[in-house]
Amino acid sequence: MNTQLAPSLERPKSKATAIRAKWNRFWREMRRDAFVYLFLAPFLICFLLFIVIPVIMAATLGFTSYDGFGSLHFIGLANYISLFTQDIIFLTKAIPNTFLFALIVGPGGYILAFVFAWLIHQLPIRIRDYYTLAFYAPSMAGGVALSVVWIAAFSGDRVGYFNNFLLGMGWIDSPVIWLQDPKYLLNIMIIVSLWVSFSVGFLAMLAGLQTVNRELYEAGRIDGISSRLQEVFYITIPSMKPQMLFSAVMSIVGTLKAGGISTQLTGMAITPSYSGHLIINHIDDYAFIRFELGYASAVSVMLLIFSYFAMRFAYRLFGSKEEL
Amino acid sequence: MLRKFRNITPFQVILVTVFTALAAFMSLPIVFILNHAFKPQNELFLFPPQFLVQNPTMRNFESLILHASNATVPFTRYLFNSLIVAGLTLGAVIIVSTMAGYVLAKYQFHFKQLILALITLSLMFAPETVGIPRYLIISGLGINNTYFGHILPALASPIAVFMLVGFISQIPGELLEAAKIDGASHFGIFAKIVLPLSTPAIATISIFTFQGVWGDVETSTLFMQEETMRTLAFYVNSLLSGLQNSVSGQNVAAAAGLLMFVPNLIIFLLFQRRVLETMVHSGIK
Repeated sequence: MNTQLAPSLERPKSKATAIRAKWNRFWREMRRDAFVYLFLAPFLICFLLFIVIPVIMAATLGFTSYDGFGSLHFIGLANYISLFTQDIIFLTKAIPNTFLFALIVGPGGYILAFVFAWLIHQLPIRIRDYYTLAFYAPSMAGGVALSVVWIAAFSGDRVGYFNNFLLGMGWIDSPVIWLQDPKYLLNIMIIVSLWVSFSVGFLAMLAGLQTVNRELYEAGRIDGISSRLQEVFYITIPSMKPQMLFSAVMSIVGTLKAGGISTQLTGMAITPSYSGHLIINHIDDYAFIRFELGYASAVSVMLLIFSYFAMRFAYRLFGSKEEL
Repeated sequence: MLRKFRNITPFQVILVTVFTALAAFMSLPIVFILNHAFKPQNELFLFPPQFLVQNPTMRNFESLILHASNATVPFTRYLFNSLIVAGLTLGAVIIVSTMAGYVLAKYQFHFKQLILALITLSLMFAPETVGIPRYLIISGLGINNTYFGHILPALASPIAVFMLVGFISQIPGELLEAAKIDGASHFGIFAKIVLPLSTPAIATISIFTFQGVWGDVETSTLFMQEETMRTLAFYVNSLLSGLQNSVSGQNVAAAAGLLMFVPNLIIFLLFQRRVLETMVHSGIK
């Protein structure tokens, strides 16, 4: 393009025009796609204001010492260092409890939700609704409403429903104080969480099952698929990948965020001898009881990193190239 | 009628019986809360404990409502706030999220990958941990003690957008192309094709958006300083926390829990039917 004798003199200018040309093209494309940004704007503004900016603020707090009222001190990585070297409760209670809880409730609840969604889908259409409702109702009632149920069911005296049942069957001799005993609390938390794990993900799976092309099953039968199990693995799951992925993400989030359950069961912010202490409880402890917001933010950044890796795993399983 | 029965396979018979038992077992908490809410005080202390109510009474609901009318803010004010907030939020979330989901699923543009990555990343952040920065932003905008303070934070619903992107990308692109050739505007395509075709997904997000807003205590506690702007969930929760460890309050707590549960149930029944209907009759299979 440039045939002048002294091209070196011209270079800065041509570079500038190249940038300007790029900018112009970028601007033209932005203008062409204006309606896209218009459609996106309301969501994006709220999203930035109430999620992105608060998260950035919280992440910065992780490097500070801040009590919520006074001034901010930057202390670098000190929060993270003490988290992994001095915080015995975090290392010996919160992390093992969260991993045990998450490994059982996450994949367990996910598989149960899929199995039941699939079985419901096999039922005649007229009665499907009732079964969906029966499974979904507990999670719909929500934590606050159901805590009264669990408190009454696992009550520590003979009047407690679970104790009464076990005594009646002759399996225990004296009432067990289920909710205050460190031996049982985590197990009860897991059972209760599995009970309410048929939530949004379950509904998404049900919706996904209905979008599977019926002709695929017949084509599969011609291609030599003989059992229903094979059908599920080779046709059903691949055809509803977006819903499977969504549901997986929901169960990961739900599991790692769970923490309120121990407080609802025991009525205390800190469970007896930290038996039901999850990472979220640790965050609440430091943020709203001790008011060490900097340290609490550092813990929540750790939680964010854990869930990021769980999420990567889910994408590896169900992600496809076209969507997302 | 007979022919209908002949079509039922043994697999289905076994499935239905086992499943009925399982479903009954899973819904025990709901049956329990329903019975507990109508139990008079003396039935709570019976031994052996009774699961079902014997002499149902409305006293629990009466004391729940009377308790509030003695206070400065009447019960109906909480109810009104909750209805307004839930209704407006539901409508706004549906429109805003579907618009965002549509362009994210069907168009290529600058920053698309960045926005999608941000949305999926934000799915996993617990809002409880960012309560304080959120409060600072809300008061910075000057919308505390207004309905905007309840509604705007709920509009940032990455879950809804995430789900709609997944769903709308299944709508065949040729359908949109055909509409464009026939002269439909961008907004026309959105309103006449995308919105109706994504009703199943919209029904699903309506269910959980309503559930989230209806049961949300955080916005009332953090962003509303005036008692008159707080919602029913906040009121019920403040009742529950006082009653947690005593047997004698359990029936009132169950009544409050039932009060929180019933609107969820109604919304679910309303939209679940739509999910099935649209799935059966719509063109996308």
